[in-house]
Amino acid sequence: MIDTLFLYFQYPFVRYAMVVGVLIALCSALLGVTLVLKRFSYIGDGLSHVAFGAMAIATVLDMTNQMIIILPITIACAVLLLRTGQNTKIQGDAAIAMISVGALAFGYLLMNIFSTSSNLSGDVCSTLFGSTSILTLTGREVWLCAILSIVVFVIFILFYNKIFAVTFDENFAKATGIKTDIYNLLIAVIIAVIIVLAMNLVGSLLISALVIFPAISSMRIFHSFKMVTISAAIISVVCAWVGIIISILAGTPVGSTIVAIDALAFVICVIVGKFR
Amino acid sequence: MALITVENLSVGYDSNTIVENLNFTVNHGDYLCIVGENGSGKSTLMKTLLDLQDAVAGKISFGDGLKKNEIGYLPQQTVVQRDFPASVKGIVISGCQSRMGLRPFYTSAEKKLAMKNMCRMGIDNLKDRCYRELSGGQQQRALLARALCATDKVLLLDEPVSGLDPKVTGEMYELIHELNQEGVTIIMISHDINAAIKYATHILHIGDDIFFGSRDEYIISDAGKMFEINQKDGDIND
Repeated sequence: MIDTLFLYFQYPFVRYAMVVGVLIALCSALLGVTLVLKRFSYIGDGLSHVAFGAMAIATVLDMTNQMIIILPITIACAVLLLRTGQNTKIQGDAAIAMISVGALAFGYLLMNIFSTSSNLSGDVCSTLFGSTSILTLTGREVWLCAILSIVVFVIFILFYNKIFAVTFDENFAKATGIKTDIYNLLIAVIIAVIIVLAMNLVGSLLISALVIFPAISSMRIFHSFKMVTISAAIISVVCAWVGIIISILAGTPVGSTIVAIDALAFVICVIVGKFR
Repeated sequence: MALITVENLSVGYDSNTIVENLNFTVNHGDYLCIVGENGSGKSTLMKTLLDLQDAVAGKISFGDGLKKNEIGYLPQQTVVQRDFPASVKGIVISGCQSRMGLRPFYTSAEKKLAMKNMCRMGIDNLKDRCYRELSGGQQQRALLARALCATDKVLLLDEPVSGLDPKVTGEMYELIHELNQEGVTIIMISHDINAAIKYATHILHIGDDIFFGSRDEYIISDAGKMFEINQKDGDIND
């Protein structure tokens, strides 16, 4: 088994997959803690569907670099959705549901009408569940992904204390003169970037799992924000590695394997949390 | 010059006015209680004072070297906070954020300030505990210590004793009283008029009639008398 693994690691695309997987898992776990605590767990799901819709548009327009369309659309929707959290006519959860199913339907419709591919349902399925796209990454995509992940990571470290203050008590932060709107905007932009990146890894349907599972798992065991954040990152990275390795060895779909491992980790954390 | 001067202020949501024509001043060392029934606009007034929302009309001015952001705030607890995984230390020091600008990490002076305020609130032995495991009174003390990290000039307290049992409520009032004695100006929202009369130096009553004045004036005023009558009725009903 070890031999097979070594054999596979000689291929660059396997190494790429590992690197990208780890980076995305790390970033999504960091932001996941904030999103879960701010009661925005579902935003990841909504945004991933938006990203799917945007990707459909990019495919129809036959663009070579799809990121140019996907990233701005997703960021715009993230800003819109986080804004509805405050006081608008449409409640936040309803807005997320609306945008998310709307984008999903619109995306599939576009792909169906303007389809150029002979295997439409295969295309849709791989976008939704990310079946093999992580194993077909090019070197340039890996670099883009690595740079964006590092930027997200550095921003998170630099703004860690402020993100904590804004997450814990937005009103207090605002009353003492912190520009909470800007930080909410920052969180929205970062989460949009992570979701677009994670589409390669697990596909757009399973992204929320990557965001939510590590956070709620580590909240079962740890009791301080710092420990929860660090352990969520570790759990997420380990699960991503194990998931990718299993999927290579057993030939299972990458995204759903990672999510299954994440779910397993959650069950273990619940049990450990009970005995502490 | 007064710390806070409020002139002809109207507060409300989306141009729906809840209270009109508020006029009052807060001076250094005052202990102002804002009393009134539920829905009378107490919390809205507080949010307006904190600049969390815009005033419908009128003017709030700050003087005596007080800046807009130098008001410490003890909010009512939210659902998010009740199960938030955070250490007491981390929450208290987050009060220092306001003076940090874009600087990412806390200095040792800020850590010392946080420690000092935890001692002041008698929770220094809880500093590494998880916030969600504390009792209601301890949580309030942690949030009060955080507010003191933000400023020690003016504290705005929004129903600081709601949900606390009578013994802890008494301790909380004593603690706030001590802070006031140390020179911290207190503005407190409450519907506990007994406590307001016991501790406050000034009272702002919001409702059908608006009253602002010192505690002694309030007791002999119509609003205060109404309260006494209600109190007697209450005794009979008990």
